[in-house]
Amino acid sequence: MNVNAGKTGEKIKAEVSPSHELVESVSSGQNVEASLAPEILIESKQSGFELGLPEIWRYRELLYFLTWRDVKLRYKQTALGVAWAIIQPLFAMLLFTMVFGRIARVPSDNIPYPFFAYAGLVPWTFFANTITNSSNSLVGSASLVTKVYFPRMIIPAAPVLAGLVDLAIALILLVPLFFYYGIWPSWHLFLLPVFVCLATLLSVGVGMLMAALNVKYRDVRYALPFLVQLWLFASPVIYPLSIVPRKWKWLLALNPMSGIIEGFRSSLVPRPFNWSIIAVSVVVTLFVLGASAYLFRRAEDSFADVI
Amino acid sequence: MMKPVIKVEQLGKRYRIGTRETYTSLRDVIAARFHAPFGHPDHGGAQETIWALRDVSFEVAAGEVIGIIGRNGAGKSTLLKILSRITRPTTGRVTLNGRVGSLLEVGTGFHSELTGRENIFLNGAILGMSKHEIEEKFDEIVAFAETEQFLDTPLKHYSSGMAVRLAFAVAAHLEPEILIIDEVLAVGDLAFQKKCLGKMGEVARAGRTILFVSHDLSAVNALCERSILLHEGAIVRRGPTPEVTAFYLDTANKLYSSITWSGVPHGESDEIVFRKSTVSQRGETTSAIDCREQFRISFEYENLKPIPNSRFFMLIRNARGEVVFTTSDYDALTADAIARRPGRFLSEVFVPAELLKTGSYYATIGADIKNQRIIFAENDVVQFEVYESGDDTLAERHKRPGLIAPVLEWHISQAD
Repeated sequence: MNVNAGKTGEKIKAEVSPSHELVESVSSGQNVEASLAPEILIESKQSGFELGLPEIWRYRELLYFLTWRDVKLRYKQTALGVAWAIIQPLFAMLLFTMVFGRIARVPSDNIPYPFFAYAGLVPWTFFANTITNSSNSLVGSASLVTKVYFPRMIIPAAPVLAGLVDLAIALILLVPLFFYYGIWPSWHLFLLPVFVCLATLLSVGVGMLMAALNVKYRDVRYALPFLVQLWLFASPVIYPLSIVPRKWKWLLALNPMSGIIEGFRSSLVPRPFNWSIIAVSVVVTLFVLGASAYLFRRAEDSFADVI
Repeated sequence: MMKPVIKVEQLGKRYRIGTRETYTSLRDVIAARFHAPFGHPDHGGAQETIWALRDVSFEVAAGEVIGIIGRNGAGKSTLLKILSRITRPTTGRVTLNGRVGSLLEVGTGFHSELTGRENIFLNGAILGMSKHEIEEKFDEIVAFAETEQFLDTPLKHYSSGMAVRLAFAVAAHLEPEILIIDEVLAVGDLAFQKKCLGKMGEVARAGRTILFVSHDLSAVNALCERSILLHEGAIVRRGPTPEVTAFYLDTANKLYSSITWSGVPHGESDEIVFRKSTVSQRGETTSAIDCREQFRISFEYENLKPIPNSRFFMLIRNARGEVVFTTSDYDALTADAIARRPGRFLSEVFVPAELLKTGSYYATIGADIKNQRIIFAENDVVQFEVYESGDDTLAERHKRPGLIAPVLEWHISQAD
């Protein structure tokens, strides 16, 4: 800081000199550390576009803690607790089996319909819940956004990672289903993590975009449940991809959840993977993730002023 | 000369009026903004703007402790928000050398369902501490907060005092190279505030660079060697703290006998809008108050909706930041004071003659609902100087110990 020139400055310096020496000696020792710390430049606009991944890596512990908080709080004050992670897809499975399996007789690729539905509902429930939680995350963390700095992407990412715990619990129910229907998974099961990973990336991508939009336009809160419902019918959860007419398949393939759900099922049941659909889904997922990250980074500067 | 730790160059921040108060609805903008949903505010068309910060430049060397003072709306918080990287400046730039820890509020991220232990870890991580760092300081933090026996109790069962102590304890153990502190010491009980100030002093002596914003001038005086005075977004004075605070008190006194909030709803309340506040004596607006006569402080405000049981309060602080007294219009129980109908109102309070000591005073005003919540509070809205006009024996009472110098009724009679 520029001290007022002249006598006053000198006088003050003389007065504080003992403590000043202390400061000098300590800070010279500390300078090594300070020089290791990055120089931070704050300007009106970001110079060029950066995804900021190294910074997110530096803040990985915060991501861990926020995820852990979400997991911890998810079923607080509920009577059934984590059982909800199973109840949601289980009841949807029973309902779908009644309506679509029994009454409407939707085919299910020669897999027993309940098993077919559950195998699709597990990734679907994960996706639907995490994008909903994620899109409300920024608005729900307004006090964090206006009071503390950290890479903002962590906020919408945490609820998605927390959703993985639910997903893991929901997968447990597959074990009795395997026994009941006498379906034995093959080496395909080892590919399951790949599809979980894809679903996670897609959720982060969609959730991040919705969260950023929600900061500025609270319409998202009302539009999202509708969008999720629409998306469910546009994904092969209730019906198999195989009954979709050939000329519409490409359209369904553009929905990245198609490949993820089909891949998820094929990991559990010994049947061939539909690699072309999966490949399209991978490309679309990565595109959604990249585009969302780009838009998020551009929007995040105004979060604190608008939220 | 060592490289400055903080270098601020021609910093400016412009806000659109109203952006803080409302969020937009997609419907409102979809036609105009369809092509750029994430576009920058500037493209939004002709909107009224204010510069919260204008052409601010300064440098801070390693180990310096700088106080930032100025009245409300002077741009202090905006400056700290930019330095903490919460918001970006509109113009200019800042270069920081070192890790920044900012404390714009204690207890950010605290969750009432989590236990004390869990909140320490969560809050520590939010403030930028590593897990390892928190583990290392955990016992120290708990001891500092004096909440050992409640570590595994959810925060919702804590008293508010305990929660605040825990929040402070975490914050006080933050040790980045640059520490930015905003007004956080204004809560909590006095003894604990002192403890925190002591801890901050320790941090400062250990060579950390600190930027400290406070209304409590005595705290600024105690902690900071040098200070910056902001007024309407610009630096008006910088230098050794005693000089800057003296200048502040001097000019504040001339400038701030009356304040009018124009148009913009002040604060973030949708219930009360403050219009004007004035100090006057003998029917004239003035900031120089003769202690031999009563004077008046008035507030004009508008209730946007009925707010039953709300109380309007005013708190008077002296130059050292000590609270001299707090008064409420609820004390004068009238039907109006209870109903709080919508509409414009004027509340006036008369401070009796021969009560206050000579010196500078600041009035904080606000409204709350008893035992429930604060609707609105604004620090130091008006300021005034009390002087002694007489030179008789009564003038001597200002030199006596005590916060006030009332002339009281004494009866003297022969007692035999």
